[in-house]
Amino acid sequence: MDVTRRKLLKLAGLGALGLTAGKYAKVFANDAFTETTLSEIGTGKRWAMVVDVRKCLVKEDCRECINACHITHNVPNIGNTKDEIKWIWKEDFENVFSDQENHYLKENLKDKRIPIFCNHCDNPPCVRVCPTQATWKREEDGIVMMDWHRCIGCRYCIVACPYGSRSFNWQDPRPFIDNINSEFPTRSKGVVEKCTFCEKRLAEGKQPACVEACKEKALVFGNLNDQNSEVRKLLKENFSLRRKPGLGTEPEIYYLV
Amino acid sequence: MYDSGKIIIGIIIFIALFTFPTWYLFTSGEAAPMPDLVYPENEDQKECVYSAEYMRASHMDLLNEWRDIVVREGKRTFTTTAGKKFEMSMTNTCLGCHSNKAQFCDQCHNYLEVNPYCWDCHVDPSQLENQ
Ligand code: HEC
Ligand code: HEC
Ligand code: HEC
Repeated sequence: MDVTRRKLLKLAGLGALGLTAGKYAKVFANDAFTETTLSEIGTGKRWAMVVDVRKCLVKEDCRECINACHITHNVPNIGNTKDEIKWIWKEDFENVFSDQENHYLKENLKDKRIPIFCNHCDNPPCVRVCPTQATWKREEDGIVMMDWHRCIGCRYCIVACPYGSRSFNWQDPRPFIDNINSEFPTRSKGVVEKCTFCEKRLAEGKQPACVEACKEKALVFGNLNDQNSEVRKLLKENFSLRRKPGLGTEPEIYYLV
Repeated sequence: MYDSGKIIIGIIIFIALFTFPTWYLFTSGEAAPMPDLVYPENEDQKECVYSAEYMRASHMDLLNEWRDIVVREGKRTFTTTAGKKFEMSMTNTCLGCHSNKAQFCDQCHNYLEVNPYCWDCHVDPSQLENQ
């Protein structure tokens, strides 16, 4: 066969295009994004949480959910914001929803304290940057899990998470835990930690500890892929907010305001 | 060769001193004391999750396996060959029977100079009571 240099280059170019076509197809497919996610509904589980802020604010300085979570998981109380470890915590509405332009929404909620958690994103940036797969998204139910055995403490995930959901152990946390719960391991100096949606309790058929602890029933947990679940019902009947939706992380904690 | 006598004596003294620990142990007949392991007492705790031989040789591999199954696959129940069911947990299962960690796991590990870092995070309930 008579292959000139020109012809060879053309063929090589074509080949390269073919190799990358899959990637580009994905980029363009994002336009039709809503369709793809909706069609995926119905396969497997997708855990999510709905926070009814109106109910949560009934008792404004309530810490029931935080306490329950932190006792269950041996989260230390370090006592200064620089080193603190948190799985659930509260921030002013204004900071939680800093992208909300609606001044009238802000007017009455502005400095109300809103509970925040790991958002268990559908498209989690922390997972992308983790060099050891110490954090990953479980295909079967969407939980963004932590494997503390693999965490090397590089803290890329802390930088990647736009919600501040991850804490780093700058020191041995044990002296800062009042009563160690032997049912769950503590962590050690040099690892990152965050909420796991109570993966262990779910395996035992229980609700997450925070949901169980909330007397106002402001936290509702369930399967988004189940049309009849309470979370789906709430999202159908109410207008809901998600944190920083513009970033494309697809958070799975929904707020009713 | 100059001073060969002195040199040879020097070499002999050096070898004697250098090998002292070895022949001292041989002649005195004392080895480090064998670990004195404390086994579970209760009637329903008389059998380990595998045979004692297997456990002695491979418990570290078994624990790694349990760790990966629990954390990465989200499964938590282990069934022994005899059909008994256990939660795959170091604290709740292993130490549930071997509750005297100091006289069991630690004794053996100290003897062998093994130092698992697992207990930085995993809890030994008997230590909590002493707090
Ligand atoms: C940085 C803290 C940390 C260290 C160090 C650590 N683990 Fe873990 N381990 C955890 C956490 C957290 C879990 C999750 C517990 C759960 O989901 O119930 C866990 C779970 C496990 C489990 C399954 C459940 C259980 O409670 O036992 C096994 C088995 C296990 N680890 C083995 C080990 C072994 C063996 C080592 C040492 C070689 C070790 N781990 C070191 C934090 C740690
Ligand atoms: C139901 C109670 C029970 C549980 C659970 C249990 N063990 Fe054992 N284990 C025993 C008994 C009893 C023996 C002594 C068996 C024998 O001598 O035949 C033993 C023996 C052993 C030995 C061998 C000691 C020797 O004589 O050299 C090791 C190592 C060991 N266990 C580790 C573990 C570890 C690690 C776990 C958790 C994965 C565990 N065991 C869970 C009861 C238990
Ligand atoms: C009969 C002696 C013996 C007993 C009893 C024993 N171990 Fe071990 N253990 C060993 C030996 C030997 C090793 C392997 C050291 C190596 O491979 O370097 C080891 C290693 C380990 C390791 C892995 C350490 C590492 O750095 O990877 C873990 C975890 C462990 N043991 C847990 C336990 C627990 C938990 C118990 C008590 C329930 C226990 N062992 C009881 C002898 C023992």
